[in-house]
Amino acid sequence: MSTEALRIVWIYPDLLSTYGDRGNMLILARRAADRGIPVETYEVRSDQPMPHTADIYLIGGGEDGPQALAAQRLITDGGLHQAVAQGAAVLAICAGYQLFGHSFYAKGAKCAGLGLLDITSDRGETRAVGELRGDIDPRLGLPPLTGFENHGGRTHLGASAAPLARVTAGIGNDGQTEGAWAGKILGTYSHGPALARNPALADLLLRWATGADRLAPLDDTWADRLRGERLAAPTPA
Amino acid sequence: MILTVWQLDVTFASGTLAGVTDGKMPLIAKVATSVSKTAAALSRAAGRGDGSVIGGWIGLKIDPDLLAHLASGRAVALVSGTNGKTTTTRLTAAAVGVLGRVATNSFGANMPTGHTSALAKEGHTPFAVLEVDEHYLAQVIDATRPRVVALLNLSRDQLDRAKEVAMMAQLWKTALAGHPEIKVVANADDPMVVWAAGNSPQTTWFSAGQRWHDDSFVCPESGHPIERADGDWWCTGCPLRRPRPHWAVEDEGVIDPRGDWHLVKLQLPGKVNIGNAATALAVAGEFGVRPIEALPRLARVASIAGRYAQVDRDGRNIRLLLAKNPASWLEAFDMADQAPTLLSINARDPDGLDTSWLYDVDFSPLRDRPVLITGDRAYDLAVRLQVNQVPFRHVKTFDEALRSVPPGRLEVIANYTAFQDIRAELDRVN
Repeated sequence: MSTEALRIVWIYPDLLSTYGDRGNMLILARRAADRGIPVETYEVRSDQPMPHTADIYLIGGGEDGPQALAAQRLITDGGLHQAVAQGAAVLAICAGYQLFGHSFYAKGAKCAGLGLLDITSDRGETRAVGELRGDIDPRLGLPPLTGFENHGGRTHLGASAAPLARVTAGIGNDGQTEGAWAGKILGTYSHGPALARNPALADLLLRWATGADRLAPLDDTWADRLRGERLAAPTPA
Repeated sequence: MILTVWQLDVTFASGTLAGVTDGKMPLIAKVATSVSKTAAALSRAAGRGDGSVIGGWIGLKIDPDLLAHLASGRAVALVSGTNGKTTTTRLTAAAVGVLGRVATNSFGANMPTGHTSALAKEGHTPFAVLEVDEHYLAQVIDATRPRVVALLNLSRDQLDRAKEVAMMAQLWKTALAGHPEIKVVANADDPMVVWAAGNSPQTTWFSAGQRWHDDSFVCPESGHPIERADGDWWCTGCPLRRPRPHWAVEDEGVIDPRGDWHLVKLQLPGKVNIGNAATALAVAGEFGVRPIEALPRLARVASIAGRYAQVDRDGRNIRLLLAKNPASWLEAFDMADQAPTLLSINARDPDGLDTSWLYDVDFSPLRDRPVLITGDRAYDLAVRLQVNQVPFRHVKTFDEALRSVPPGRLEVIANYTAFQDIRAELDRVN
């Protein structure tokens, strides 16, 4: 860690903040605090310089215009690239996930991404809306992913990014794989508060950020019930 | 509403043309009106609904211009926005009622089918006050040629289905641009609304406060950040800023355009409803109604399709509050007493299938009272409350909730279908 407290940055909530994106910051802060880890959270607006010394960076979903603007500003600013180079952990959601790649489409135009994940994104023929499930990359040692997706994008992975999960319900990247990870960067189409249904993913980010092999267990009775319900819920064929 | 009803009614249409009083209406419109009223009555008689949609649906199938025919000859006000439109419509109808009979869609059926039903049911009235779903505003303006359009607010509401906020504001702006004759009554506190209404030549601004800012950080005109201070707001990159309101909430009352303050006594709870009353007074003002005439009528409105209704059962005084999206949850917390509170969440089609919005609501105002949770998606709520450090207890049924609290007030805050479920438990209280 760069300082005594764990520092969490929410990138550009003024541009990229759809339903419940704030939740991931709240959940990470809660799960750290419950283990006695001091936490500081920062909401960095698009007209402010991006700090490069935080431990975890969060970026959410949004509309095409703000997505393109966010990518431009992050490229110009450079702070996020520096943070990633220094080993910061990242959770990138939906539009935020796409802009971590080499390129994405917004308002019909191809836009340059940050190039921090080896992915490219374009538009699908249909919008993916509904429950999303998948078996997470076994190397991460986590239970299945459950989320709600709501996006029109399709994402293609290059050689140096691994799928976060193999899809068992829903679309994700392309109906086969969902999300991507490389180093300490996680990207997913699970929209909004993805960590609410996946506390193990939250703890993975906390372990990456603190360097701890293990974290003290928390009472996840309600999260487990929620997971049980969502993983068993019917999905359209 | 159910399609099966459609198959059993058209043959009942003949013989009831006497119900139509507008002699200028084309025959097809008369037939459609009559069928529409018959179907609504059938729907109610069959216990399948309150008849507020099915009649209009059938009527519009027979005569696609029926809404225009029914609206013609009436002075119409439309009320639209993300939140508060059902309550504001009811209050506005009460206020305009000073002048004469008012047709209104008081059950919240706010699409053209509901408007058609409401107008057909009331027969000819000099006035109509219609709640309009924000997606349908352009269409309903074209059909009803309103004298007044009230724009309340725009915020996030069911992203998995609805258009995003900026797109909705653009739709409104375009809809109004073609109708300079319309008097627009618009919320000065919501930048999205001000931008949408801004080019209308006849705009009356009201200030009812805006508790929810998360959807208007960025100027819809210039893309620059919007700054706020002391109730004022302005764009940092273009001239868009808060217009000076003609009507404003102050303390427990409303200041009118002449600067006179009027005490607003309502049975409806919360500062939000004083704001809704201010809007109603502003709309009624466009028809020539003075606040002093309208206020006694506003004070008589006790509940609206179950919203704010109070029911006594087993020594508990149950009050129902509907909260459909983040902005309206914040308003419900403001209205609720510091009493045991039951929260119920579903995610069925009318609610939106996605519960992510729970993280846009700060539940911490509930930390000081006993909280019960229920509904289809109680577990989503449980995890949210845990993150928010709000203690709660999960109950499986409404009866269990009742038994779990001591005699006295029980506040119930629920989203749309959860609200209807609880209303059904309480004999569909209005």
